[in-house]
Amino acid sequence: MLSVAALRPLSAQDNASRGVRIGLTYDPGSKPGVVVLPVTGSAGDSVRAIVQRDFDFGDRINPIVLDAATASEASRGSGPNWPLLAKLGAAAAVQITPTASGFHLAVFNVATKQTALIRDYATSAAPQSRAWRAALHGIADDLEEAFTGVRGIARTRVLFERGKRIWVVDSDGENVMPVSDVGTPLSPSWDPSGRTITYSTIVPAGISVLDLSSGRARTLVSGPGVFISPVFSPDGSSVVYAHGVDAGVDLFTVPLSGGGGRRLSVGRGSDNVSPSFSPDGRRIVFMSGRAGHPEIYTMDADGTNVDLLTPLDIGENAYRASPDWSPDGRLVAFQSQIGGTFQVLTINLRDRSLRQLTSDGRNEDPSWAPDGRHLTFVSNRSGVRQLWVLDIETGRSRQLTRGAPVRVPAWSPRLAAE
Amino acid sequence: MIRRTAVLSLALLSVAALDGCRRKVVSAPAPVATNTGNADSLAALRARQRADSIAAAERAAREAAAASDQRSAGEAAAVLGQKVYFDYDRDNLRDDARATLDAKVPILIANPSVTLSITGHTDERGTAEYNLALGQRRAAQVKRYLTSKGVEDARLSTQSMGDSQPAVQGTDESAYQQNRRAEFQASGANTLVAPRS
Repeated sequence: MLSVAALRPLSAQDNASRGVRIGLTYDPGSKPGVVVLPVTGSAGDSVRAIVQRDFDFGDRINPIVLDAATASEASRGSGPNWPLLAKLGAAAAVQITPTASGFHLAVFNVATKQTALIRDYATSAAPQSRAWRAALHGIADDLEEAFTGVRGIARTRVLFERGKRIWVVDSDGENVMPVSDVGTPLSPSWDPSGRTITYSTIVPAGISVLDLSSGRARTLVSGPGVFISPVFSPDGSSVVYAHGVDAGVDLFTVPLSGGGGRRLSVGRGSDNVSPSFSPDGRRIVFMSGRAGHPEIYTMDADGTNVDLLTPLDIGENAYRASPDWSPDGRLVAFQSQIGGTFQVLTINLRDRSLRQLTSDGRNEDPSWAPDGRHLTFVSNRSGVRQLWVLDIETGRSRQLTRGAPVRVPAWSPRLAAE
Repeated sequence: MIRRTAVLSLALLSVAALDGCRRKVVSAPAPVATNTGNADSLAALRARQRADSIAAAERAAREAAAASDQRSAGEAAAVLGQKVYFDYDRDNLRDDARATLDAKVPILIANPSVTLSITGHTDERGTAEYNLALGQRRAAQVKRYLTSKGVEDARLSTQSMGDSQPAVQGTDESAYQQNRRAEFQASGANTLVAPRS
């Protein structure tokens, strides 16, 4: 596979604070080893633990975790212990020190024995708070981009439904909190800025839009019948959703400024739900029952040029649903009935090749992380429906939520500093 | 046989609440037999006794008729509330569903002010989003059938709860079958009239 990093320029001179690239020396095909150096102070241990975990969950950096004795040797008064770092296999070491106004970051290149980057991050958030953790996740993402050329996904969140409420959780499983009132919300989805969400409600039937900073929700459309699965267009100007009364369920579009919905799909009495935009906003992938059973289709954003995407001969009791277009535009993740249960698959849009990603338990509702490499989905493999995260490159998975059953996850775009 | 008009007092007729034949029996106010104490003549006493016995007989007949009316009104309400069931991932009406709906039609025609809300439900399998659409399709199919039998379109509304309100918990086919259903709620009538047979 082509490495995205290889295609990128080594540095981005136009923006000193973003896209910094540090050329590290490490074995091709392996992940760069990075030591997060210890820092003093009460928050120091959490800083280190959070960033190490972000590297681990990102699957692009190998965090070299040191025991206390080794850690105390890794940095000396005069700077990093270069021979020790080299012996540990580290390509780089980072030191993140909490300061009065935020964090001070120093990055050391082990091969060149040079300080590769010094940077200060401002945050007024209280230590251990949600915003403080978000600031650290942002640093971890900057570092992942500097080391590998691909920005991390630590400063992202996942929306989901639990107990008739919409909730949000940080990418590392922390800060689980409700964002909607108790009601009948379903199918949350992010706007491109990550500041606003939309979701459907069953009673009363409609589509709501909620501003995350104020917590205020407003009804975008409502009426008789059913309203399902709203998503923002990639430019954030409109919402596409499914709606029907007595003649099937079709996809509609409505401007965020309000007004009436305009019908996109022509399902002739069938069910057409679960839209997901291509990253360029020109196509929509969706689930339709027009062939007599649920399959995945694509169409132009104006509803024309409908095309069956999933081959009809994969598995018994054909039931394919919940498509989500990958952020790089190459794949569509979806769920398919296989062996009497559901599994998550991807289909390649170029050659329509299929790849089954799960096999343990019942796995549903995939949603892509903004890096196009990680997916979250609902799995009952632990006994209760929970969110899991899968790295599609390595097959590594981790459990994101715990507690009462959840469903319909939606991974955020990369979020701005708070 | 002459059937009386059965009357059930219904501010808001919630048919679903009548599931399981739970009926409220409203007793008619009992007339009070008074004795004024003015029993000065045997003839007058006999006359009063005779009148009382006639009144008692009439009262008994009235109560029996009211109970019968009540019963038929209650039965009509129960029939309106009877659920219909579906096959997995289907919205077509099976024979048992058609029979259940056929029984509702004369009641709806005899009660032109009654409106019926039809709510489609699914079992938990499949996606929540598709199940909402499937539930809507089931409700719409029921509405289509009832309008084809002469019930006015405007009296029938449809909605879907998808898989969010299972009738019973469970993950076997028996539970799933009970959850794949359409439910009915009637409203808008002060009185429910049983159809004339």
